[in-house]
Amino acid sequence: MKAASFEYVRAGSVDEACELLRQDGDAIKLIAGGQSLVPMMAMRLARPHRLVDINEIAALKFVAPGPDAVRIGACTRQCLVERDDALAALVPLLRQALAWVGHIQTRNRGTVGGSLAHADPAAELPLVAQVLSARMMLRSTVGVRSVSAEAFFAGPLTTAIEPHECLEEIHWPVWSGMRTGCAFTEVSRRHGDFAILAAAAQIAVDNDGRCVRASFGLGGGGQAPLAFPDLAARLLGTRLEADAVQSAAHEAAVKLDPGSDLHASADYRRHLASVLAARVLRAAHEHAMSKQ
Amino acid sequence: MAPEKSPYGFRYIGKKRRTKEDPRFVMGRGRFVADVALPGMKHVALVASPYPSARILSLRTEAARATPGVHYVLTGEEFCAATDTLAIGVDAPEVTRYALAKDVVRYAGEWVAAVVADTRAIAEDAAELIEVDYEPTPHVIDPEHAVKAGSPLVHPAHGSNVLFHRRFVWGPVEQAFAKAEHRLALRAVWGRSSTVPIETFGVAAQWDPGQQMLDIWASIQMPKYPDQTARALRLPGNAVRVHYDVDVGGSYGGKRGIKHTVLVGYLARRLNMPVRLLEDRLENMRGGDAHGPDRIFDIEAAFDGDGTIRALRIRALDDVGAYAGRSPLQLGKPISAICGPYRIAAVEYEPTSVMTHKTPQEAVRGFGQSPTNFALERTLDHVARHLDMDRIELRRKNLIRKDEFPYSIPSGSTYDSGDYHAVLDKALAAIEYPALVAERDRARRAGRFAGIGIATCLEPSGGNSAFEPLFNPKNDTTTWMDSCLVRVDLSGAITGVMNTSSSGQGHETLVSTVIGEVLERDPADIRVVRADSLSALPSNSPVGSRMAIMLGGAAAGAARRIKEALIEIAAHNLGCTAEAIEYRDGNAAVRGHPQQRLTWDELVAIAHRKFHRMPAGLEPGLQATFVWEVPTGGALPSADGTVQIYPCYAFEAHVVYVEIDPETAKPSLRKYVCGHDCGVMINPDIVHGMTYGGIAHGIGAALYEKFAYSSDGQLESGTFMDYLIPSAMEVPTISIVDHCTPSPLTTFGQKGSGEAGYLGAPAAIANAINDALAPLGAGIETLPITQDALWRAIETAKAGR
Amino acid sequence: MSEPLYPIAVVVNGVERTANVPARLSLVDWLREELRLTGTHIGCEHGVCGACSVMLDNEPVRSCLIYAVQADGHCVTTVEGLAQPDGSLSVLQDSFCQVHGLQCGYCTPGMLIAAQGLLNTTPHPTDEQIREAIGGNLCRCTGYQQIVDAVKHAAERLAAEAK
Repeated sequence: MKAASFEYVRAGSVDEACELLRQDGDAIKLIAGGQSLVPMMAMRLARPHRLVDINEIAALKFVAPGPDAVRIGACTRQCLVERDDALAALVPLLRQALAWVGHIQTRNRGTVGGSLAHADPAAELPLVAQVLSARMMLRSTVGVRSVSAEAFFAGPLTTAIEPHECLEEIHWPVWSGMRTGCAFTEVSRRHGDFAILAAAAQIAVDNDGRCVRASFGLGGGGQAPLAFPDLAARLLGTRLEADAVQSAAHEAAVKLDPGSDLHASADYRRHLASVLAARVLRAAHEHAMSKQ
Repeated sequence: MAPEKSPYGFRYIGKKRRTKEDPRFVMGRGRFVADVALPGMKHVALVASPYPSARILSLRTEAARATPGVHYVLTGEEFCAATDTLAIGVDAPEVTRYALAKDVVRYAGEWVAAVVADTRAIAEDAAELIEVDYEPTPHVIDPEHAVKAGSPLVHPAHGSNVLFHRRFVWGPVEQAFAKAEHRLALRAVWGRSSTVPIETFGVAAQWDPGQQMLDIWASIQMPKYPDQTARALRLPGNAVRVHYDVDVGGSYGGKRGIKHTVLVGYLARRLNMPVRLLEDRLENMRGGDAHGPDRIFDIEAAFDGDGTIRALRIRALDDVGAYAGRSPLQLGKPISAICGPYRIAAVEYEPTSVMTHKTPQEAVRGFGQSPTNFALERTLDHVARHLDMDRIELRRKNLIRKDEFPYSIPSGSTYDSGDYHAVLDKALAAIEYPALVAERDRARRAGRFAGIGIATCLEPSGGNSAFEPLFNPKNDTTTWMDSCLVRVDLSGAITGVMNTSSSGQGHETLVSTVIGEVLERDPADIRVVRADSLSALPSNSPVGSRMAIMLGGAAAGAARRIKEALIEIAAHNLGCTAEAIEYRDGNAAVRGHPQQRLTWDELVAIAHRKFHRMPAGLEPGLQATFVWEVPTGGALPSADGTVQIYPCYAFEAHVVYVEIDPETAKPSLRKYVCGHDCGVMINPDIVHGMTYGGIAHGIGAALYEKFAYSSDGQLESGTFMDYLIPSAMEVPTISIVDHCTPSPLTTFGQKGSGEAGYLGAPAAIANAINDALAPLGAGIETLPITQDALWRAIETAKAGR
Repeated sequence: MSEPLYPIAVVVNGVERTANVPARLSLVDWLREELRLTGTHIGCEHGVCGACSVMLDNEPVRSCLIYAVQADGHCVTTVEGLAQPDGSLSVLQDSFCQVHGLQCGYCTPGMLIAAQGLLNTTPHPTDEQIREAIGGNLCRCTGYQQIVDAVKHAAERLAAEAK
């Protein structure tokens, strides 16, 4: 399983990477952590003419907290994000989700941006991006454009990134000034495998325990990860009582159009969707309630 | 934890000892086939058929051959004319098999061409340039269709897809069914899984034109490997030299790359260059011919109201894939324990080996024993439920009692020794069974699905492969031997020479411990090396859990001959008879006269250098060989298919507790205890290690692993992303409790134990899951038990209420 | 037509190694075939089995998923680099021998790297933490039990030595 030949360029800067993409975007693949790309190249399912390595671009590796959002550079290693306590206090859903991402070796090399750009339907970070309405900064020689998660994830393994663009950084919204709780769970065959079905939720409550903000989503259904803002909106003002949660979870599952594969049927996925959505909503609410 | 002192009263045997093998592996200094670098070595990549069944219309190789760095492109046309078919274990001469297809492909993944190039990468580049025109033809994937008339034929010249079929009747089966108070029938299905070691198969070959000899290094675990290689290459046996000092990265039966070897051997000789083929994982999964049993059992049991099982009827349909070597014989080995550890007087067994257009099957740990045990133990649980009888009580009632040994079963084998009730009791005590039942019931009251699974299993060991002539009377073979050479050199250092390869079983530790025990010298100072196939004494390779018995016995035998020689030299020099010599720690003295002694060094010096002090008739030096036949072996089967298969019977009793998430249907193994009796354990850490590994492998077969096929004959689980080997997160903490009923047939009372754990675990887990589903009225009889299947079973049962 | 070669300088087990390599040569193939550090093994070449695990800048990674060119300027530690400066076995390696945390030895180098990575950050790991840390290293021989015991054994010894 040796890859087909390719040319290799180590980009020293984002500008350099973008210039290369401008010249030859269709024949180029950017490589960051390589945890998804390299296996595909080994199986010769991906055969880029040229690989542009962006791992060494310092400007793409940072975690920068801000008042409304945390900016994370696209080539920041997943393990650094997972271990960052300050970040975990601001965007706790990231640490929760990363615990489910592959194994330690995966996270030591894989990058935040790489996972998002690859957009595997069963991947955890795209689901978090969707639920938190993260914004993706896409850079090219003509400038930077900001794309919402909703617009970014177009379909399985498909994003809004144009051939001449490079994902530069991701803005993760912070729910500041609220009692916020979150939860991430998934069902997979083995620990660290791709999710058969994943669910994520973030809930904020007021001093009376009433929901003042809510977001939840489902992934692993074979399509792009889905958030359910309309269903989440119905939870506002409630205390996430059992029937409110069940109803939201059930309706979300109905909206999902999961596929069948070797590991799970569509029926089973739809069933899991309802179960896991309810679990994360309950857990996120409990987590929020436990805060001062 | 292994004991500091031998619990059996031996000096070294049974004690905790570090192994000889571990140091080189933790340093990264193992010598696996991929580590063997032959100067000028070339690399092979394969072209594989995308179709399960097709005619090859044309093959265009010009572009591949013209690729810089490519040395040769070999097709089936040339290869099949220049070599002979590989051996098959049953009487089916029309079912020929070669490494490359000629004219016809019979499974998706079958190799049609081989490219030899300077690097593996270039070989793969060139392989992509080979154009093959196929004309797809009808294929059959379902074994139950394949046995029927009108099915597409995998090998038309053979006339049907059935490679072997026979109905064995041992004991008064008909009457037993007629008279029994109860009967039940069930179907149990064992999914296609296999050993799948982390190292794929690899082989390197080099032809020496000056010596007219082919040298081979391979990741091999296979009886008759040099012989079959030579035959297929049309070379005399002594023109092939297999180097057994290659470390094998796991095998558990499956490393039988005979087709790869003939291919590479041919290329090495044809090109006069060293050639290496290392399967990549895709080639391994689809084209390596190392799938495992894929078996449908239909069982009927006849039993009385008090739980006495009177008779069994077992029909087993096994899908070997598109070609076969020894794989059909995996239906034969279970005959050695066809009634399990139970007192069942009448058994009918009807095995059918059938071909389909799938990747061929190869030996898997236990050689069919684990699937058969799964079917048998499910039957026991069904009988218990039918009678509303406790599953443990049912087993206790039917288990052969310790006072009944040696016990002869209807199919002709005699079980040497055992105390099954004691092992079962130990396992139940270790898991604190009554408290566990209470825990299970509490979980159920709290709304969780919870179940306890109990399964027993025999591990026939010693490798008396009498199923070979049983399944093919034309193959009247009864020799299953092993051997060892022991020498003491001039310096007094001891070396043992073994005659086959190893794949993690600790054979060097085994041999050095045994030699040390007999000669009363420290095993730490005893070196064990391996002969190559030209200098080797006869060996049948590590199969059928035979090495502790056979290699251990041979090492002991050779060491005893050395000891006798030393005693003879001492007697001659001390002026007494051999009987009057007291041998201790390698030194010899006249009994009662300790000052009249000769030390080890003195004895060695006499043997090697002082012929004038040697007794007449004793050869100079200190070396001895020992070659022996498996105990109880040597007899052909009778006409009704009765024969002793395997001499020694180890036993295991598994108890496992599982909980299933009622909403997600995800199972979780919470507690696992295995009671194990393999007689005397020569090195407890080695035995325990293999048992833990066997259980993990069994967990894979029970819950995760399957070579899944689409209806159009494509392997859907051909990578490690889809073929799911359990990680440390899927395997629970396991406790092993040991028991020892020594075998009367072996030197130290040891029985074999390489398959332990794997044989009983799938049965125990299936029983646990079914116990968990029982309150719902649901059940699953097909392995692997996936979450999706579990969910479906639960939903179906709920809907039915 | 030969492939273009790229110059690399990688510190491997404390020694700088330079080479000119094709872009598609994986790090594991470079270590094994060019540097003849054959202790690191290949099991799947698609990032699942973990047999190829090495330390890259002191963190366990899968060397089948990194091209050698990408390692230019970085530090790699293989199983051959785990021994003590005087060549004797590390505490972890020795514990694997004491507890028999291996059988065929094929997954062992990757397992040692993953376990060493854990002990470097978590001196007193629980069983669960150990299993998680080696969760990306498949073993077919041991059932993991004696591996977990070996890592615990090493942790206890290191803790005792630290006192």
